[in-house]
Amino acid sequence: MADDDEKESTPMNWINNYVRPRLARLVAPKEVPDNLWIKCPSCGQMLYKRDLEANLNVCHHCNHHMRLGPKQRLTTLFDDGRYALIELPKPAVDPLRFRDTKRYSDRIKDAQNKTGQQDAIQVAHGDIGGMKTVVAAFDFSFMGGSMGMAVGDGLVAAAKLAVLQQAALIVVPASGGARMQEGILSLMQMPRSVIAVEQVKEAGLPYIVLLTDPTTGGVSASFAMLGDIHIAEPGAQIGFAGARVIEETIRETLPEGFQRAEYLRDHGMVDMVVHRKDLQATLARVIGLLTRPGPGASVVKISRAAAPAE
Amino acid sequence: MVQTLEFEKPILELESKIEELRHMTSSGGVDVADEVSKLQGKVDRLLKTTYAKLTPAQKVQVARHPERPHTLDYVERLFTEFTPLAGDRRFGEDAAMISGLARFRGRACVVLGQERGHDTETRLRHNFGMVKPEGYRKAERLMLMAERFHLPVVTLVDTAGAFPGIQAEERGQSEAIAKCIETCLKVKVPIVAVVIGEGGSGGAIAIAAADRVLMLEHAIYSVISPEGCASILWRSAAQSGEAAAALRLTAQDLKEFKVIDGIVGEPYGGAHRRREETIDLVGDAIESALHELRGLDGAALLARRRQKFLDIGQSLQ
Ligand SMILES: [Zn+2]
Repeated sequence: MADDDEKESTPMNWINNYVRPRLARLVAPKEVPDNLWIKCPSCGQMLYKRDLEANLNVCHHCNHHMRLGPKQRLTTLFDDGRYALIELPKPAVDPLRFRDTKRYSDRIKDAQNKTGQQDAIQVAHGDIGGMKTVVAAFDFSFMGGSMGMAVGDGLVAAAKLAVLQQAALIVVPASGGARMQEGILSLMQMPRSVIAVEQVKEAGLPYIVLLTDPTTGGVSASFAMLGDIHIAEPGAQIGFAGARVIEETIRETLPEGFQRAEYLRDHGMVDMVVHRKDLQATLARVIGLLTRPGPGASVVKISRAAAPAE
Repeated sequence: MVQTLEFEKPILELESKIEELRHMTSSGGVDVADEVSKLQGKVDRLLKTTYAKLTPAQKVQVARHPERPHTLDYVERLFTEFTPLAGDRRFGEDAAMISGLARFRGRACVVLGQERGHDTETRLRHNFGMVKPEGYRKAERLMLMAERFHLPVVTLVDTAGAFPGIQAEERGQSEAIAKCIETCLKVKVPIVAVVIGEGGSGGAIAIAAADRVLMLEHAIYSVISPEGCASILWRSAAQSGEAAAALRLTAQDLKEFKVIDGIVGEPYGGAHRRREETIDLVGDAIESALHELRGLDGAALLARRRQKFLDIGQSLQ
């Protein structure tokens, strides 16, 4: 979003100062609250917020999958939108006493106030297709979904719960990578999260990664690439190195669709790219195939969750 | 040809003065020899005091010093019968990841480590120590082989990070690193890792999820380079000194956070001044780490390794 604003502010000044404000007044008059309309970052269409939410935050013009918060995510994945959140451990806050242009402890507080959440992950359990499932969903709006100790602890807790309940584990990353304000401790969440999902796999339970936009850096290079099954949302950015870093290193322009979900599927890293509206049914089918091998087990009633309301 | 570090300038000035005086010795008398030893004492004291209180930013420079011993220097001096093994059996060979069978003080093992190179030719050959997916997959292959033959694994960590490139992404850099970490946390043979220079993020942890993680006294180990961190958080790479301090990337910091198990002291003046001495000290540290792990049941070893990582950060306030 910030990038789009920057791009649009570069053309000649008169466009910005004269034409755009007038257009803005025509399209979104002052008396209508801004948040009723959302501009699709892909096709530029103005979308009525309620319609967009009813469509699971997918643009009905171009099918662009916008980000989905953890609450809506969990609602869309579990049967009838029913699930129970678990309380997550509260690790030490800001052990490095990190400060850049701002204190990390203040950044955390701001993010907590903005999201109403403790950190960038939520863990819930419930049924998917009638089968016990634990879902750990990242919250990109909380410091870019970055993985620090709280997120690592959340993944460890999710894995433990899955083993305890003999449930499948689904992790839904939406993260730019490690939380650098936690320094080496954030890097250590890579092995920690790997151990967590390993425990699920060793218990003979399905571990499924639902890759959403974005899944990059230390998150993609740890638990997110170790699933039994990798399902990605259309257009999601998935990769290790940032596009800018690659361009600066090799001094080449990146190919079309680079690091997008479809590109990863074509290069063998993702099993399938699935539209958001089909995720629940797909997950239910996959978990059923992996855990209910007997004949006649396929009659699993799948109820599509109602549109997330928030 | 030792490269000059800014903070070493006073030391180097004294050293060149000594050099001048030494040239005069042939013509001069006892006074000159006296003066030389006096200056040498001064240099030693200065080195000791300077290196005892290096700032994080200075440690970054020392850790990346081109004269610092690199993986192949360690392999050459510490290992015998080194038998390099190439290729991931899927795509190709990656010379950034040194890998092979060898004997460490008589005992067979698998040795792995990133090699940065020391001149233009070798830097290019080893891709500046930036490993591609095939390098991590080769490491994975060798760790699994080590397990099959009950051989311990020694890894030497020295990389700015995994290689960022189009083909590396296409071949699954993320998956390769993830699998390599997973393999470290799966094999039932001892793994000892030593961060000898720069432990750069995911590219480093890929071969450092070990039973014993050691670090040289002036090595660094971080989630992101100070330059990268500064350009993101301060929006200017010029703030990398502040970022280096904020990231707490020194061996001393990491020991305090219980992320590493031990620090290997460097001879005063840093590893780049006393290369062989440093390598031998690392060798002794590896030997005692392997000794501690020897004879442990594989399953117990693995359980302890995993618990060690799960415990990281749990006791912090
Ligand atoms: Zn659209």
